[in-house]
Parts: sequence; C-alpha cells; structure tokens
Amino acid sequence: MAKKVKLSEMTDMFKDVEILSLEGVTIEGDIELDLSGLGGGFDPMLAAILGQENAVLAQHFARLAGIFGVPVGFGGAPAAGASAAAPAVSPALAAPKFKDLIPSKFDFSNIEEWTTQIQEVPIGNTSADGGSRGKRVVVGGEKALPFFPDAPMPNRNQVTIDVFDMRIGLAKAVKENYDEVMDSPGEWAKKNVEKFNADMITIHLISTDPLVKDTPAKEAAKTVEEVLQAVDVPIAIGGSGNPQKDPLVLAKAAEVAEGERCLLASASLNLDYAAIAEAALKYDHDVLSWTQLDMNAQKELNRKLMKQCNVPRDRIIMDPTTAALGYGLDYAYTNMERIRLAALMGDEELTFPMSSGTTNAWGARESWMVSSPLKEDSDWGPREYRGPIWEIVTGLSLAIAGNDLFMMMHPTSVAVLKHITQTLFGTIEAEPIDLANWIGSGV
Amino acid sequence: MKINSPLEAYKYLPQTNCGECGEPTCMAFASKLIDRSGKTTDCPPLIKEKKFAKKLAELDKLLAPEIREVAIGVGDRVAKIGGDDVLYRHKLTFFNKTKMFFDVTDTMEEAALVERVKKITDYKKFYVGRNLLLDGVAIRAASNDPAKFAAAVKKVIESTELPVILCSFNPAVLKAGLEVAKDKNPLLYAANKDNWKEVGELALEYKVPVVVSAFNDLDALKSLAKTFAEAGIKDIVLDPGTYPTGKGLKDTFTNFLKIRRAGIMGDTEIAYPIMAMPLTAWMSGISDPISASYWETVLASVFTIRYGDIMLLHSMDPYATMPEVHLAETIYTDPRSPVAVDSKMYKVGTPDENSPVLFTTNFALTYYTVESDLASNGINCWLLAVNTDGIGVEASVAGGQLTADKVKDAFEKSGFDLKKDVTHNTVITPGLAARLQGDLEDKLGTKVLVGPMDSGRLPGFMEKNWPPKQ
Ligand code: B12
Ligand code: SF4
Repeated sequence: MAKKVKLSEMTDMFKDVEILSLEGVTIEGDIELDLSGLGGGFDPMLAAILGQENAVLAQHFARLAGIFGVPVGFGGAPAAGASAAAPAVSPALAAPKFKDLIPSKFDFSNIEEWTTQIQEVPIGNTSADGGSRGKRVVVGGEKALPFFPDAPMPNRNQVTIDVFDMRIGLAKAVKENYDEVMDSPGEWAKKNVEKFNADMITIHLISTDPLVKDTPAKEAAKTVEEVLQAVDVPIAIGGSGNPQKDPLVLAKAAEVAEGERCLLASASLNLDYAAIAEAALKYDHDVLSWTQLDMNAQKELNRKLMKQCNVPRDRIIMDPTTAALGYGLDYAYTNMERIRLAALMGDEELTFPMSSGTTNAWGARESWMVSSPLKEDSDWGPREYRGPIWEIVTGLSLAIAGNDLFMMMHPTSVAVLKHITQTLFGTIEAEPIDLANWIGSGV
Repeated sequence: MKINSPLEAYKYLPQTNCGECGEPTCMAFASKLIDRSGKTTDCPPLIKEKKFAKKLAELDKLLAPEIREVAIGVGDRVAKIGGDDVLYRHKLTFFNKTKMFFDVTDTMEEAALVERVKKITDYKKFYVGRNLLLDGVAIRAASNDPAKFAAAVKKVIESTELPVILCSFNPAVLKAGLEVAKDKNPLLYAANKDNWKEVGELALEYKVPVVVSAFNDLDALKSLAKTFAEAGIKDIVLDPGTYPTGKGLKDTFTNFLKIRRAGIMGDTEIAYPIMAMPLTAWMSGISDPISASYWETVLASVFTIRYGDIMLLHSMDPYATMPEVHLAETIYTDPRSPVAVDSKMYKVGTPDENSPVLFTTNFALTYYTVESDLASNGINCWLLAVNTDGIGVEASVAGGQLTADKVKDAFEKSGFDLKKDVTHNTVITPGLAARLQGDLEDKLGTKVLVGPMDSGRLPGFMEKNWPPKQ
C-alpha cells in the first residue's frame, strides 16, 4: 500500500508553505469547502488510487491541515486510538529515598563573542529598484548561528531551482518532473515558479562549454532574456564551469540583464574573476564567490573581490562548495559552520551569506542507483524515494551550518526543505500536539 | 574536560618516561590524553602503583568529558551515548555517534514483533569499510498492562542482543519490564513530575540508566535531574520533549541548544545526554506513510546535528534509515584525520599472475567504493592503495598527494613486483588520474592503461580492455 502513493502528491502537500503561513485564513476557507461531505471513514489511500479528483484534493488538504495545524472540519483525528490510561502510580513502590523535588532554575546565556552581523544581500530588482522583477529576495543578516535563540534570523532561507539551457542527463526521479519542458528554458523556469514554488531560478548556460556545444556568448544571453521574460522572480546565471569561456558568457549575460540584479555564478580563483566582478558592477548584479572547501581560499577570493575589484559588500554571496551526504558532507558541513562562526566573531572577509549547490546530492550513488551494488546491504528500497530525501538531508544539514540560499532540483526536496527551514525560522504554525500519550498512541 | 593543555595533564603523570604506554615520553602521552586518543588506563604505572592513586583520581576528574557518558545494554552492542566536550565538531570531534532506537509495542502480534526486532537487528549499510547499523529497540507499553509488557520485553530480549529502552510512565509496568530485562542494563523511560519518586527508586534498585522527562519545561527537567543526581543516580538521560511541527518544533530545537550549551559551559546539573523522538512525526497528522517517513527523517537529521545523543524512531523504510545512519556517521567522524585504509597491495577475490593490477588512493571512501565495485562484479585483481594522506583521487591529484613517484613508492613498499608477480606488466589508473599516465610509464617501466572515471564502470571497461593487447 505504502508504495502506491505518488511523490507528486507529497510535493503538493508541502508546496505553498509561505502562502499558508501568511494567508492562512483564505486557505482555511477553501479547505472547509473542499472537505465538506467527507466523513471520518474516508480512506485517502483508496481515494487516491481510484483517482477521484475531489477526494485527492481533499486528501492533500487534510494532510496540510494536519501538518500546518490549520483547523478544518476533517473527522479523523491523527492520533486517535491512543490509549488514554493515566499513569497509575502504585503506592507500594513509593520511595523513602526521595522526599521532594529539588527546585532548580535553568540558566542560559548568549554567546558574547558573536559580535558581527552577516551582510544582507538583496537579489533581484523590482520596478522600485529599476528592474522588472516581481519581488526581491534578501539573504543574510544573521547575528547568530541559524535558528539559534541568541538573535532572531532576519531573513528566511531561499531556494532557487535549476534550469539548464539544453537537455541534459538527470537522475530518473528528477527528470520525470521536467521532461516536457527541458527543451525550453522559459517554460522550464515557469514550471519551477508556478508548480514548484521556486523563490528564484538559476539558468545554467552549460551549452556554452567548448566541449559541449560551444554556444556563443551572444546566443546564450538570449536564453537569459527568455528566462527573464518567462518569470518575474530574481534569477541566478551560471556558466558552464569552463574557466576560459565563463567570464565572456557571464559578461554578455550580465549586459542583457542590466538592472535586474541577478546573481552571477561564479567568480572563482581559477578564472578571470575580475571580469565577472566588473560586469556585475557595470550592469548592477551580485557575484557568487565560489571556492572549493577551503576557508582560506574563500577569504582570499572575497578579499580580492572587495579590494581589487571594488565589489561592494552587499553584492557578494559565497559558495564554499557542497559535497553530498556520504560523499564529503562532513567537510562541506564543517567548512560552512567554521566560516559562519568566524564571520560572527568578526572576520570581515567571511561575513557574507552562503549558497549551496545542493543538487550535488544527486551525484551520490545512494540517490540514483537502482539498488545496492552489494548484496550484503539491507534493501535500499525504491530509488524514487531515496533521491529526494538525499537532497533534503544534504541541504538541511547545510542550512543548520549557516547556508542561506539553496540551488536545488527535485520539487519534493524543495518543498520539504522549505517547510523544515521555515519551521525552524518560526513562521510555520501548527496545531499543538499533546505528547503525553506518545507511548500508547497509534503511531 | 577541565584542562586543555598537555602540560596540565603531565603534572599528574609519573614523569619517568618509561615508555610502557607505547609513547616515548610522558609528555607525548599527556597530549594523547588531551586530544582524547588515549586513556589514563593506558599508563600502567599510574594505574598499578598505589602512590599514584590520588593523582589518578584527580586526573580522571579533570579529564572527564563535560557531558556525562551513559551506557545502555551489555556486551558487544552496548550503546554509549554522551561524552562530548565541544559544541562544534571541528573544535575536537563529537564522541559516541547518535544512537538510533526503533520502536515496537507490547500490543503487536508476536510474529510481527519478532520480525520487526530481527529487521532492526539485521539492518546494515556498507560504508567505508564498515557497516552502518541500527542501535537498539524501544519497547512501548501501549497496553499499560504489566503482564503484557513483561511478555513483550521477554520476546524482544530473546530475539536480539541489541540494547532496549523500556517505555512507560507507569512504574508498575516499568517494574514488570525490569524484572525480565534486569540483566540487560536497559534504559528506563521515563520519570516525570508525576511518577519520579517511584521511577527513581526503580533506577536505584535495579541500577539502570533512566530518562527524566519534562516536555518543554527546562526548569522542571533540571529539577528532576538534580534530584536524581543527589539521590545517587548517575546515569541520567534528558527528554525535553520532541514536538514534531510548527512552533513546538522550534521550541524543541531551542531547548536542545540551550541544554547542550549550558552543559558544555559547565552547568553539571544538566550535563547529560539528550533524547530526541523523531517518531512523534507520526503523531502530527501526516496521513500517508511516505510523507511521515520523510518528516521523521527530517527531524532525525535536525537532532543528529544539534545535540540529540539518542533517538527513538519508527520508520524502517530504507529511504528513512539510510540517510539517518549516514548523517550520524557524517557528523560524528573525527574531523582531525580523514578515514584512511593501510597503504598496501590488496587482493580482491582470488587474483593470480594473469589478473589485472589497479591502483587507487588510501582514502577509505575511495578505496571501499572501488573495492566493492570490483568484488561485487567478480573481478579478481590486485588493488594497490597509494598513500595520499587519506585524500580521494581528484583532490589528491589536484593537491599533489597522488603523483607517479608516490605510486612507484607504494609499489616498492608493498613488495609487489610488476615484472615478476604478474605476466602482463600493466597497471590500470583511475580515470581521474589520467594525467599521470606518461610519467608513470617512465617511472614504473610498465604499460599504463587509463581506466574509467567512475569505478562503477570498471566491469564494462574490463570486458573491452582485459586482457591487454600485447
Ligand atoms: C571532499 C572533497 C575534498 C576534501 C577531500 C576529502 C578527502 N579525504 O579526500 C577536501 C576538503 C580535503 C578537499 C580539498 C581539496 N580539493 Co576537493 N573535493 C572534494 C569533493 C567535494 C568530493 C571528492 C570525493 O570525495 N569524491 C568521492 C570519492 C570516492 O571519489 P574518488 O576518490 O574520485 O573515487 C572515484 C573515482 O576517482 C573512481 N576511482 C577511484 N579509484 C579508482 C581506481 C581505478 C583503477 C579506476 C578505474 C577508477 C577509480 O571511482 C571512484 C568512485 O566514483 C570534490 C567535488 C566533487 N563533488 O566531486 C572536490 C574536488 C575533488 N576538489 C578539488 C580541489 C581543487 C581541491 C583542492 C585542491 C582545493 C584547495 N584549493 O584547497 C584541495 C586539495 C586538498 C589536498 N589534496 O590536499 C577539485 C578538483 C579539480 C580538479 N579536477 O583538479 C574538485 C573536483 C572540486 C571542483 N569541482 O573543483 N576536497
Ligand atoms: S606509561 Fe605512563 S609513566 Fe610510562 S611513559 Fe607512558 S605516561 Fe609516562
């Protein structure tokens, strides 16, 4: 039975995280509407399999209701059937050793060394800023480690969903979601925003690689225009990773996107970062400062961007490299945590928001292989469920380490990552749950 | 740990440099004590000679980790939790990986119960030369009936060597469970504000570790811990409650941070391991099991990173357990040294003089990935692990730890002679080390074949290229 639920349904469940938390009232009304007429005996699984449109909808809302705590008139209380027996204290056991509870107060103090605020960096210009984006995304601004009680986080985590400028090989579970739009970057971007709730779009101009299609910079810039027209969220523009070609490609893209405040990805030490910085300044964009799991290299590049290229602090975001769960996440996690701690303690070369290429999680064998290459392993289960959670856990770990912006691919991963980071951020309401009875609950 | 320099530890050592600990000097040994790679028991004079007894006691006190270490269960599979000294893994390392206990209830059918316990016990996921495992069974007294609970506990401990947690707020039920499991050093769950006297008494009587529980109330939690500590109970675990969603979850996250920070900063009254309960995801109203498993895994991830020492989990679906065990491994590997294998010549299967010779790095992740790709495809061969200081292929080629000289050196040290031990005088390199090809041919005087980038493609490569054309 369990295997029959489609992932897309789950994605829907987590989809409109912010909308629900901000506009709970309107949605609440909708839910009541959709749920009318459903009794407590409603079997969501059965309904889903039968494909009843209404029932499926109701089922989504019911799940949403549960997880977000939106009060709806849905009959089946989740933990019903919990044994309600109160702890019966047997007097025979009452102990002579203990008399009264010794009262104690819990003390907690903030970390004094956290003296420096992370730079806030806006991405995207609205008409008020001289651009055409419908909204602006702001990352950074923290005064403590993410979600810590020392100081509230001013800006929530943001997710930008990848778009490529050509059809590429993707893990099956990812590809399913994009197959029909993979030949049109504009349609692809639209789908990311409209269906998968992307905060931003990243357009990767990989076809410009001389070893791929060697698309000229001028032509690649047209793709950027297409995406800017298709969606009104802020965008990041990525090259192919070719150190000779990327500066040319990004400069041209920056030109056609003038005034939109895009994130140019990336400046790195092994290419002409000055050319990228120059394009960012000339055409009003941000720069992604990318190094490979090396805090000192990150400091060096940031320093060069600031001092040599005069990039203002509010235009720098760092990508200190993401390695997948099981494939170097220990390095990536600690690298980010160290960078963020050093920044909070005053290292001005590191006080920038961070971005993660979370999509790297799909490189891990566990996320895409059909089954374990080892017969001794316990069953790896269906891969279509393994991949998304691999991406979620990789991203979530880095969110806790200090990462602000996530470049992701699978819609379910995006939805769940947004839901957990916004819960820890504090904007997600849910009906309080009584834990007292967990032992006897129907879990 | 109350001291942080070898000099401070040195003061308490015999200072004879006798070498019995395997270190050349007492000072060298002192630095092992400080980085926690050595224990006082490794210095025989200190342990044996009466005149050092006082110093030993003092030193042990100074070296004790800030967070108390608690052991659950007995034998090989004993689960040790706590024992940490730092808030961030790069400051030292985290000790005692988060332990994952999976639940069963005393209302389950016997066959289903035994099957689930077996599944928990047998779970394994191969990773860098070892198996990632699950750690224990949490038995929930859902019936609230002492006899039923005792019967379930009996069945569980007959079916597994794994440690168990006895879960009930009813002291009579806990006592019944303890009677059956008293030789197994189970963890008692839990004492709360209503039952603490009785449960505390049980913990003392049966000498077992015990959980104190106060949902979202740190004052109460600390009171309970303090009261128990003063009554002589040392092995305490804290349950501040795990709310699965919304503001409740945010509060829970904050509670975990506060408790651990206070403990590491020296508040001994609350310096105990913390229990997280991701299984409460299943109480949050998510009706389809895959979404609930996902949410449970998300909670498990959050609390593996931020200070959960022991966890109660429900979903045994592979897409839940696999990331969970991997993340615990990730957060708890020692960041001070990459996991490496011995640099030497390994036999994969039963190679002979016609079998291919390959090399890779001694980074454990790389070595075992390659080794398992070869072994699981039945390729008999010789596999040389070159000492790259535990760095993988691509990073070590980039960083200069993998060079033709290093490979030559590794062949020499391994005693493997390409001219005598095999007939083909050929070596296969990792695809990502292709640029070493020419240099290697010169230095080794052999033919060098460039293999695929990913060792997963070695079977196809072998079919096409082996035996090599002369
Ligand atoms: C984790 C990591 C690190 C860790 C290394 C940890 C360690 N113990 O190895 C740290 C943080 C230390 C690190 C440092 C550096 N890194 Co680094 N790192 C990575 C990362 C993220 C993952 C590498 C990894 O572990 N892969 C998994 C292992 C299992 O792969 P593997 O060893 O290559 O093995 C596979 C294949 O090679 C093949 N294979 C292996 N053996 C054999 C044998 C045969 C016969 C065959 C046929 C095949 C085969 O099969 C294996 C399985 O697929 C990659 C990026 C990425 N996502 O790939 C960058 C990467 C490897 N790093 C890179 C660089 C540049 C560096 C640094 C030089 C950066 C710097 N400025 O400091 C340093 C060098 C440090 C040093 N050498 O001292 C670059 C290399 C670029 C290049 N091609 O030259 C990469 C690719 C990142 C990038 N995109 O730029 N890095
Ligand atoms: S065994 Fe003890 S006394 Fe001897 S060298 Fe080692 S630390 Fe010093």
